[in-house]
Amino acid sequence: MRLSMELELQDVPGQLLLALQPIKDARGNIISVVHHRDRKTPRGTVPVRLIVEMDRSKLDGVKRDLEKSGIVVVRAGEERFIEEVSVILVGHVLDSDLGDTVSRIDSTGYAEVMDLSLSMPGVDEPSSAYMKIRATGKEEMQRALKILREVGAQKKLLVIEPVEDDL
Amino acid sequence: MREVRISLIGYGVVGHGVVDVIGRKRKMLRELGLDLKIVSITDHTGTLIEEDGISGEKVLGHRTLQEIANSEMSAKETIRSVNSELVVEVTPTNIVHGQPGLGHMEEALSNGKHVVTSNKGPLVVAYNKLKRLADDNGVMLKFEATVGGTMPLINLIERTLVGNTILGIRGIFNGTCNYILTRMADEQYPFSRALAEAQELGYAEADPTYDIEGVDTAAKIVILANAIFNMNVKYSDVQVRGITEITPEALALAKKHGYVIKLIGEVPALTVRPMLVPIRSPLAVGSTLNAAAIYTDLSGTITVTGLGAGGVETAAAILSDIVSIYRTKRVDAIF
Repeated sequence: MRLSMELELQDVPGQLLLALQPIKDARGNIISVVHHRDRKTPRGTVPVRLIVEMDRSKLDGVKRDLEKSGIVVVRAGEERFIEEVSVILVGHVLDSDLGDTVSRIDSTGYAEVMDLSLSMPGVDEPSSAYMKIRATGKEEMQRALKILREVGAQKKLLVIEPVEDDL
Repeated sequence: MREVRISLIGYGVVGHGVVDVIGRKRKMLRELGLDLKIVSITDHTGTLIEEDGISGEKVLGHRTLQEIANSEMSAKETIRSVNSELVVEVTPTNIVHGQPGLGHMEEALSNGKHVVTSNKGPLVVAYNKLKRLADDNGVMLKFEATVGGTMPLINLIERTLVGNTILGIRGIFNGTCNYILTRMADEQYPFSRALAEAQELGYAEADPTYDIEGVDTAAKIVILANAIFNMNVKYSDVQVRGITEITPEALALAKKHGYVIKLIGEVPALTVRPMLVPIRSPLAVGSTLNAAAIYTDLSGTITVTGLGAGGVETAAAILSDIVSIYRTKRVDAIF
């Protein structure tokens, strides 16, 4: 089974190897390791996202071993969000209840807004928001984008979607 | 040497470009075995007819034909009565009713004359009807210049990529919008300032609505849908959103995350809307350039880019269409 783990490592040498050891011991197959060195947490730790092919029954043991080594396990479980797209919204993004816009995506259960940045030039002027949406698959992503388009139409926001690599 | 007698209808920027380019390329055309002669030019002020061909020196200095016209014949009368076999139609475009170009093209095709045009309106309004008229009369309707200006697209698909199934086309088809978005992104200009600059430089019309509201791009999408995908669609079938809502802040956010914002038209999706394009994508061209990605089953994705407008550039696409008519060999004619 494909599992994903989100960890937080101390920013000192050797931590990544330390984090991978329990997975190796549990005969897990590491599919990908994304080391977000540029996105340090306020606590000064470095987020790392692992995708691992491993028997689910071994997950609790691995988590225990990691925690014993001082590694924070933020989340571990079935691999969920595999698709990511960037979207920009233009208009009265805040006044039209940005929290609601985000929760319309988050409440689907198959997609979530994971990154959000705002740019507001002035009180009465249109603002812009960048958001990254993750979803459990391509089809789910299309459904999430459709919701965002509908929300955009209701709230008179321009939704700028990315061009896809293929048609 | 094959003599080709041409009636030019419309004498604006593109009309001047056609006279200029045919004059400039006379020697090269002769080497191809073609002697292109413009035997009549018509604009809203009158018609100039010269049986032996009109020289560029005589007409290029004149903005209109007012002082040099030697006939009061209308465009349709000229098309009917002047001894020519090909009509170049470059009058101003109207995508609502297609006139006056539509009437000119119908007149030419039903009189057995080939039509080469840069005028989108008639093709948006009545592509299938014009195509049928051309087929029924055994002549050709060529319109490369209507879609990407000088950027080769229709001929590329119909000739070079022949054998492929075209899955879709996506691209930037309006140089004015691209210029505005590029300047807004580079200089953090508000929309109004980038538009004013485009107008000062002659990249945008005094009334820029057609360009900035996405109308021009949508017209090109209709032409591609009908000509390449045999879709039989109208302008109202295209979902259109222009670039007037784009802010410099949105462009800055996009840039920060590795994107540019471009006005993108898509067929067969029939959409025109601002989209995020990765900075490293071949579609992420700047300034007044157009770019189109052609998605095919055999060749993968082919991307072309080039200037979308300009008198001489558009005339180059028209010249290429004219030459292609006379270089066309049907497969069964080879044997």
